[in-house]
Amino acid sequence: MPKLTINGQAVEVPPGATVLQACESAGVEVPRFCYHERLSIAGNCRMCLVEQEKAPKPIASCAMPAADGMVIHTDSPMARKARKGVMEFLLINHPLDCPICDQGGECDLQDQAMAYGFDRGRYDENKRAVPDKDFGPLVKTSMNRCIHCTRCIRFITEVAGIEELGATFRGEHMEVTTYVEKALSSELSGNIIDLCPVGALTSKPYAFSARPWELRKVESVDVLDAVGAAIRVDVRGGEVLRVLPRLNEAVNEEWLADKSRFACDGLRRQRLDRPYVRRDGKLQPATWPEALAAVAARLDGVQADRIAALAGDLACVESMVALKDLFAAIGSGNIDCRQDGAALDPRTRASYVFNTTIAGIEQADACLLIGTNPRWEAPVLNARLRKRFLAGGFRVALIGQQTDLTYRYDYLGAGPQTLADLASGKLAFGDLLRLAKRPMLILGQGALARPDGAAILALAREVAEKFNMVREDWNGFNVLHTAAARVGGMDAGFVPGHGGRGTAEILQGAQNGTVEFVYLLGADEIDPDLLGKAFVVYQGHHGDEGAHRADVVLPGAAYTEKNATYVNTEGRPQQARLAVFPPGEAREDWKIIRALSEAMGKRLPYDNLAQLRRRMESVNPIFAAPGQVAPVSWGAFGTSGPVQAAPFATLVSNYYMTDPISRASETMAKCTATFIARTGDAKAGAAE
Amino acid sequence: MSAAPTAPAKEPTTFAFSQDYLRRAEQIIAKYPPGRQASAVLPLLDLAQRQCGNWLPRAAMDYVAGILGMAPIRVYEVATFYSMFNLQPVGKWFLQICGTTPCWLRGSDDVIRTCESKLGIKMGETTADGKFTLKEVECLGACVNAPVVQVNDDFYEDLDAASMARLIDALAADQPPPKGSMTGRQNAAPVGGPQTLDGRAPGGDD
Repeated sequence: MPKLTINGQAVEVPPGATVLQACESAGVEVPRFCYHERLSIAGNCRMCLVEQEKAPKPIASCAMPAADGMVIHTDSPMARKARKGVMEFLLINHPLDCPICDQGGECDLQDQAMAYGFDRGRYDENKRAVPDKDFGPLVKTSMNRCIHCTRCIRFITEVAGIEELGATFRGEHMEVTTYVEKALSSELSGNIIDLCPVGALTSKPYAFSARPWELRKVESVDVLDAVGAAIRVDVRGGEVLRVLPRLNEAVNEEWLADKSRFACDGLRRQRLDRPYVRRDGKLQPATWPEALAAVAARLDGVQADRIAALAGDLACVESMVALKDLFAAIGSGNIDCRQDGAALDPRTRASYVFNTTIAGIEQADACLLIGTNPRWEAPVLNARLRKRFLAGGFRVALIGQQTDLTYRYDYLGAGPQTLADLASGKLAFGDLLRLAKRPMLILGQGALARPDGAAILALAREVAEKFNMVREDWNGFNVLHTAAARVGGMDAGFVPGHGGRGTAEILQGAQNGTVEFVYLLGADEIDPDLLGKAFVVYQGHHGDEGAHRADVVLPGAAYTEKNATYVNTEGRPQQARLAVFPPGEAREDWKIIRALSEAMGKRLPYDNLAQLRRRMESVNPIFAAPGQVAPVSWGAFGTSGPVQAAPFATLVSNYYMTDPISRASETMAKCTATFIARTGDAKAGAAE
Repeated sequence: MSAAPTAPAKEPTTFAFSQDYLRRAEQIIAKYPPGRQASAVLPLLDLAQRQCGNWLPRAAMDYVAGILGMAPIRVYEVATFYSMFNLQPVGKWFLQICGTTPCWLRGSDDVIRTCESKLGIKMGETTADGKFTLKEVECLGACVNAPVVQVNDDFYEDLDAASMARLIDALAADQPPPKGSMTGRQNAAPVGGPQTLDGRAPGGDD
């Protein structure tokens, strides 16, 4: 444990720490551009120079290991003069275009030039000019501004795991480029915008929209995948202008996936901003009382058994609890939050959450992926898997569709038979799992959303138990969800009640006429043909599949427009916050259901969010502790049975369009055209 | 040095080592321990450049990346870093003229002028018949015999306007003169002939 003195203050740091880290532990801030605590050390910007006593010249603190007895001065005349010199060199080729630069106001170079910049330039030659690069539809480049810190290169290579960005040529001619002018094919590419300390890499969709000081910043949580990344929603007026990641070490560290970051323009398009009622075969605008009355009138006198509700991928816990209570008041148990038909077992919580936790991945030493493509289903979680892989001693194996996951894995097979072979000890990877100290498996929705899903769930449990994945101190059984609403729905008990119908039976009933009323709570992934002749109420925020088929449309709020609870795939309840109000006459979802209950004469017993939240806590105590992962106990789940031969397929066929928001997003449509349609990896979603 | 790659008109779309070059490439790769094949990138790029007629098309870089198991961008970084790799096609005779201080003091300006006027092209250009490319380079490391011009792999030294003109004529006739000094001195020996170890006793010692 080296002990050193920083500005007269004695600190002790762990072995291997750098001088810069020692300064930080002493509470001393050292300016830097290239250094980033989550990337490898480059040491090339020289901004972090500090004075070390008895050293002949200033040292780059980010790259210098802290040693015993060092005496460091970070604010001495020598250190200040050295940084001023570095700043002058950095500014030699940096254009003076702050007034037209999107980074203005949140630029590290701008800020640090205030402290270390010279008031005029002494450089009379021409500044160098660098052609801008094409990094695709998300990242806008202005390469004249680049100061060659190489953070973007290191991020794309190390964290995102695709070697596509590099520094070509050298010295004054160095350029950060893909060289072949191709879009960065990473689902995490937006993070290089945050990493860039200058305005060389900025957000293309957000270009020239606003200045940071004009924005109201609302801390919220992302719902476009099931990871539940912490986000900051930047708002001006009634508009969400951009979404940025927030630090949450337990979930997303400080990264955010591209869909979560860039799909926010979809919040402005194709919105349902007023109720609609179908008259004469066409959806006609209506008032709230008319719409609610139409629903209540249709429900009047219908047998409770003949009505059903399905919750979609973006539904919040509040609305699901309210709808469940309403259906309980009606007397119907035909509710289901598993619109994809996944065989999630509500009996045991451990069977449908990511028990290891995302941060826990870093403790694992072997991982089995079953029917999942985490790179598309949860890019930030995949980055955590890659981080663990890079740390060494981590073997990954895959059963399912082969694809580039950005780390090496053993391919075991395509379908359930391979899983059965593994369970019966026929595969060599089993020996590896048996030797592993903390083995884990990740079960994807592609393995569960199929007719034999329950049998596969049971098989996965068998594998977990056989290879000692579930112990007192370690639970390596994980289900990776693709929908932010799913775990919340399971926790809220939005599943068929006693004798109630599940998704498949509801749809079957709708076709054969035994279900005549279906309430879609944001459920858009259902083939409208399967709804038969049923009367459909669609409550949601986008005019997507569900709304087109509906007989009554009740306009709800998107995740940026309500105070709502979501539970991520780990089982961590988190709260999204209202950043803007829903457009037009749209309302928060639980309020719509509450109003409907009143119209039906079955008034729900909560009048405000606090009362509803208390009700949620009585439904499931986990909702009382937002941000925490509650311990879960192991139990029986799944149904042993025969499995089919069909290989596992991932449910996400186009990463950029998976939900009503991203399907409405222009940016995501461009990404689809660039990355999906071009490579032919999958069918492009309908871009409207 | 070109700032950015501009694809030449006749960029080939495919590349593969010939039998002979492939064998040599395998010998080079075998020098490095398993898993460290990437160390062979420089010699392999050199082989590729030789096979392509003294320049390195992108297909060749991709090919080298493929056989070394590297990401193509890592090979582009190397190939663009070193000025000895030509990213554009060059003429049959690639004249790299040193203009660094010792050569400049010894008259490299005359040599450059001769080249430009005789070939009718400027630095960095190639003649219409594809025979010559001119390039000014930094120190070639033969300052004793300045001024120096490197023609493909060979150095021609002690040049002046007249001898440069003769050299160009000879190259145009595809009859390159023997490499080395153009004034006939032996390697880097003194200009007036040997002055030591010539049989006389060492001076000041008798």
